[in-house]
Amino acid sequence: MWLISMSEIKLVYFAWVRERIGLAEERVSVPDEVKTVAELAGWLQTRGEEYAHAFENPAVVRGAIDRKHVKPGALIAGASEIAFFPPMTGG
Amino acid sequence: MLPLLTVRIQSEPFDAAAEIEALSRLGEDVGAVTSFTGFCRSEGGRLAALELEHYPGMAEEEIGSVVAEAVSRWPLYGVTVIHRHGVMRPSDGIVLVVTASSHRTASFEAANFVMDYLKTRAPFWKKEHRVDGSLGDWVDAKIEDDRLATRWKLDA
Repeated sequence: MWLISMSEIKLVYFAWVRERIGLAEERVSVPDEVKTVAELAGWLQTRGEEYAHAFENPAVVRGAIDRKHVKPGALIAGASEIAFFPPMTGG
Repeated sequence: MLPLLTVRIQSEPFDAAAEIEALSRLGEDVGAVTSFTGFCRSEGGRLAALELEHYPGMAEEEIGSVVAEAVSRWPLYGVTVIHRHGVMRPSDGIVLVVTASSHRTASFEAANFVMDYLKTRAPFWKKEHRVDGSLGDWVDAKIEDDRLATRWKLDA
């Protein structure tokens, strides 16, 4: 029997993160060694120029898991939707 | 009586006077209603519009939790928050916060708190449209907004 070594997650992007990547959302298979939101951002950075541009300054990009703000060290296990976006400028 | 809490995320304009009137009529012990309206600015004639993008679902939830926190801190009869998304022209209202209480301090402070937290937690982003028709930059978040939010000592 095969062990599942990748998990599929829905990613959503907003504002300039969305523009740089060129996608509003996508489903990706994330390797199991990617455990945290910061590691996910680091892994995405390796997926091409657009991603490298979006995450060139990872400290600026914020993350949310299932529509809740999270810190970079938050674990992604069990997440169904992870969002990346710049600091918010509403109001 | 449970406070009347309303959070709306919409593209349509809002009627601030009607929303203030609605909270003013919540009961005979309502002694103070505070409202704040945030408008789109032209930045000295440089901008034709601001385009507001938002994260549907999370926007409602985040503003809802800020409103719930306000109600737990101040004795309020009602809170209304309306935040628009889409293209705003200068002088268009973007955000409305209305709070109703027996006394002015609670209604002022609660409205201020909701705005401070909404600025740093609600998932909205503004993009500039310049008067020459070109797309400008995404508006940068202000460090001052983070400082204003932290003065309420809420860690979330």
